Amino acid sequence: MGEVRLMKGNEALAEAAIRAGCDAYFGYPITPQSEVLEYLSREAPQRTGMVVLQAESEIASINMIYGAAGAGKRAMTTSSSPGISLMQEGLSYIAAAELPCLLANINRGGPGLGTIQPAQSDYFQSVKGGGHGDYKLIVLAPSSVQEMADFVRLGFDLADKYRNPVMILSDGAIGQMMEKVELFEQQPKGGTFPKPWATTGKTKDRQRNIITSLHIDPKEMENINLRLQEKYHAIEENEVRYEVMKIDDAEFILTAYGLAARICQKVVELAREKNYKVGLIRPITLFPFPKKLFAEIVPRIKGILDVELNAGQMVEDVKLSVEGKVRVEFYGRMGGIIPTPEEILEHFEKIFIKGE
Amino acid sequence: MAKVKGDIIVDIEKCKGCELCVVACPQGAIALSDNINKKGYHYMIKIKDNCTGCENCALVCPDAVITVYRKSGKKKEKIATISNVQNNMTMEVN
Amino acid sequence: MDEKDLKLNETEFLNEDICVAEYLVYKKPETLIDIDLHYCPGCGHGVVHRLLMEVIEEMNIVDKVIGVAPVGCSVFAYNYMDIDMQEAAHGRATAVATGIKRVLPDKLVFTYQGDGDLAAIGTAETIHACNRGENFLIVFINNAVYGMTSGQMAPTTLPGMVTTTTPFGRDTSITGFPLKISELVAQLPGVCYVTRTSVHTAGNVRRTKKAIQKAFEYQMQNKGTCLIEVLSNCPSNWKMTPLESNKFIEEEMIPFYPLGDIKVPKEEK
Ligand SMILES: Cc1ncc(C[n+]2csc(CCOP(=O)(O)OP(=O)(O)O)c2C)c(N)n1
Ligand code: SF4
Ligand code: SF4
Ligand code: SF4
Ligand SMILES: [Mg+2]
Repeated sequence: MGEVRLMKGNEALAEAAIRAGCDAYFGYPITPQSEVLEYLSREAPQRTGMVVLQAESEIASINMIYGAAGAGKRAMTTSSSPGISLMQEGLSYIAAAELPCLLANINRGGPGLGTIQPAQSDYFQSVKGGGHGDYKLIVLAPSSVQEMADFVRLGFDLADKYRNPVMILSDGAIGQMMEKVELFEQQPKGGTFPKPWATTGKTKDRQRNIITSLHIDPKEMENINLRLQEKYHAIEENEVRYEVMKIDDAEFILTAYGLAARICQKVVELAREKNYKVGLIRPITLFPFPKKLFAEIVPRIKGILDVELNAGQMVEDVKLSVEGKVRVEFYGRMGGIIPTPEEILEHFEKIFIKGE
Repeated sequence: MAKVKGDIIVDIEKCKGCELCVVACPQGAIALSDNINKKGYHYMIKIKDNCTGCENCALVCPDAVITVYRKSGKKKEKIATISNVQNNMTMEVN
Repeated sequence: MDEKDLKLNETEFLNEDICVAEYLVYKKPETLIDIDLHYCPGCGHGVVHRLLMEVIEEMNIVDKVIGVAPVGCSVFAYNYMDIDMQEAAHGRATAVATGIKRVLPDKLVFTYQGDGDLAAIGTAETIHACNRGENFLIVFINNAVYGMTSGQMAPTTLPGMVTTTTPFGRDTSITGFPLKISELVAQLPGVCYVTRTSVHTAGNVRRTKKAIQKAFEYQMQNKGTCLIEVLSNCPSNWKMTPLESNKFIEEEMIPFYPLGDIKVPKEEK
């Protein structure tokens, strides 16, 4: 068993970055995730020689990531909603230039400056591509401090494997909560994936390497797009991750990710006490979305209640997955308000049991 | 005929006829041709045989189309490049 | 390239006894890839590209150099330079270069940026990279206009200068004054070398090359940020012939943006 520690979600994520062999972190302070930059500034350079730099803005940090990732290194940044908005142009460039890197969005309530309280209102931005162009991030949604740590290593590996940016989409509550976490062993710095495409100085034995996203010729640009789409399809085939709870005999499915899924676990228990056959699907990868699982379960169930800390975003992917073959309802709170399990159960009963 | 010390070779198909070399030449040795190249530009030509190989034209040429030769033994700053591309040339360095 | 491939002069003056390898004194660098440059006739971008490649070749540092191209007319700089390069988002070249240099501190990094890229949309990145003393070279092409997007006002556009967005001449009461970014960053302690050159005459081309060489030497000595501002022409958007545009540099640009060293490393003063 690995080392077990009691840690905040943000600290676990930072500790995992060191252990995953991250070469460079560039970031800008924003609540509720500043602990990551603070923790790394304190711990990382001495332990692994990792570069930790406070940038002048999120625009600068994401472009520093571009440079460092283009140089073949494991690079990472974290921020919260407004900062992630500032990074969208850079992310689009990174996705287009196919640079592997890891980001975390410790989601807070929006729009605008909003609130520093937790929310899930950046689902669309993360999953549908917040920047310009047809690109996809691989999006991982942790629901515990343990996963905040584990998904850093997984995220870097997926990024390297597919040459694609990976986003950990978490929220202020998971970032700030303290839980026991089992930490994985220190990994080699920079990971083990070969990166022959990196700009490290052109040696005599190879052609020059160019990192770019510019392709003026429409044919070439379409071909690049087709190749990217092929990659995204491969990711959809191979990398879907989810967790299920009591779905075998379920008549109704609750679905939620991250923090909302933790609450829904409790809702399932309460519902089962009342003899409602309720199960839970927790998508872990938001892209790729577990479409097939939803499609498969449709014939066996009477309805789905999607719960999110937003106005209804993932619910659109759920609806697309079931193609109108089953009733899909939504319950959400916004602005940093976290619903209680009882509140959600009451809403469930109102819709599916009492048929209001 | 004057004692010739230098000469140039122009890659006329790459020349864009900007004329910057023409005014840079202290000898008035070059001008634009009345003819045009495949790209449609009046390309640069030598009009006099008095080139000293001073390199001015090559230095100001934005399209790097001029190669310069000079017979005098005086060393110029380009020695390093020359030694890279020519195997058995004799360099007079002073 | 073999000299035999070069098109011979359209003249009877070719001196076959002179045009021999032994007397070769100037040849374009091998690292400047042998394809047509996409720049307009007479554009200074081509000269600065060539100078960079000459220096890199002569200093024998091809395997150490990583360049960062901007968004602007020189967005395709990487098509012509036979070295490893990254193409940055508009204005972000110094942030990208920071990312590269921080993870590869033993390599030599330069950015190549226009005035809009470096001194408008990328001002924050420029100033903060300089303020951190990032140990790389910034090559700043000041042509007083947005070349690529066809001639709008740049932060460096001269007062009274006509551009497509200042059709009656730049009115400083509306658009502010030209930004002398070189003088600005020269005040930052992290910056070691700031100089302003031009490429409109052979002598100035020589001085620009010298400056680039020095800047790479300083970088090897970890001296901090070097910035070379090159006054360059944009005949197409200035609506001038190349010759007229060089005259404009001499008569209008240089009086406003004086040439010469703005800051040199302490030992050299
Ligand atoms: C975010 C963004 N905004 C605007 C543009 C459009 N754009 C491309 S180049 C450019 C200006 C380039 O001018 P400069 O940096 O002076 O380079 P030059 O072409 O003059 O060499 C602009 C505004 C862009 N590509 N990206
Ligand atoms: S080398 Fe000098 S003298 Fe000869 S053509 Fe060029 S500028 Fe004129
Ligand atoms: S400077 Fe170069 S491109 Fe311009 S006219 Fe002379 S040879 Fe041709
Ligand atoms: S538009 Fe101006 S800066 Fe751009 S290539 Fe043409 S002359 Fe050069
Ligand atoms: Mg410009």
